[in-house]
Amino acid sequence: MPFLQQMACWLPERLVSNDEMGSLLGCAAEWIESVSGIQERRFAGPDDTTVSMGTAAAQRCLKELGIGAESIGYLICSSGTAENRFPGPATSIASKLGCGPIPAIDLPLASTGALLGLDLARNLAPRYGRVLVVATEKMSPVALTEPMERGVSMLFGDGAGACVVGMEPGPLEIVDSLLASDGQFAADLMLRAGEPLIMNGRSVILQASRKIPRVIQDLLERNGLRASDVASFVMHQANINLIQKVAAALGVENERFFTNIARYGNTSSASLLIAAAEWMENARPMSGEHAVLSVFGAGFQWGAMLLKAS
Amino acid sequence: MNQRQELILQLVKKVSKKSETPDPEESLFDSGYLDSFALPDLVAELEEQFSVKIPDSDLNPRKFDSIARIDAYLGEQD
Repeated sequence: MPFLQQMACWLPERLVSNDEMGSLLGCAAEWIESVSGIQERRFAGPDDTTVSMGTAAAQRCLKELGIGAESIGYLICSSGTAENRFPGPATSIASKLGCGPIPAIDLPLASTGALLGLDLARNLAPRYGRVLVVATEKMSPVALTEPMERGVSMLFGDGAGACVVGMEPGPLEIVDSLLASDGQFAADLMLRAGEPLIMNGRSVILQASRKIPRVIQDLLERNGLRASDVASFVMHQANINLIQKVAAALGVENERFFTNIARYGNTSSASLLIAAAEWMENARPMSGEHAVLSVFGAGFQWGAMLLKAS
Repeated sequence: MNQRQELILQLVKKVSKKSETPDPEESLFDSGYLDSFALPDLVAELEEQFSVKIPDSDLNPRKFDSIARIDAYLGEQD
């Protein structure tokens, strides 16, 4: 069985408060928090790129695990905001890390890419050894693209996360995962190059509030578990109200859902690894405890992964 | 309002926690009865009260934008 061996994250220094976003968007700071749970987010500097942020998160991850980049056999990079149509950030990150001539692929999957990357890594690890999954997003230029819509622009922040998946025992065993997609609503969450984000929030929330609990329940059921058996849930940090809706649908307390959206906003595909890294550091799950990672995003794509603490 | 619309109205009031009565044709979103997070609750209430299973493919917010539209959608399920 593959394991999540180490997770780490990197956030830009610049803190953008709801007061600052509110004055930009013509809305109250309190309104932003009430509709999203966000209190502040981080914006990357002009020199920060998806490559530099992803590299920083990956370097931290490798350092904390105590391994060199040369021991990575495969790199997967998720980003919905890569600066180029091609090449994506993956090969540059691998090169900057000093990984050598390993396969390095990009997943242009907003919101969900980290989990889909972990699922791929789970299957690649038996063949390639350690797989480094990076998720890196510079959402601030998207958020600030005119015409800005307050319900959209206030949501997003920048950041990156990284995770090493390998066959050697680590703190979290990957037990199972379940992924799905439905292209019927693809136009409801879409980003064309250089244009404002298209987001039909009503459709996104309506679909997500139904599909996330269902995929988690299906995953747990086929592993003989119930939601009440799971110690911790870590979701894509899209909106605190959605996270609480999922908790209610599963019949578990909000407290079981780790959240850091208040501090970072929605960092698209990076959010899962940023949240999971902080959860691992803070929660330190007990041996035998189960945790579930879950995402929903553009496509629509969604999924869940079941973990067991070693 | 027909009998089904009256029941839909009660569910809208329950979910929105508002006591006023919207016009059947009035947009429940524009008039503030529904927002993104109340809509899933209304759909769940509709499924339970009308004993229907609304498939994901029908979860288009426009179908639930007014009492009249909800009534029309439920009528198609009969």
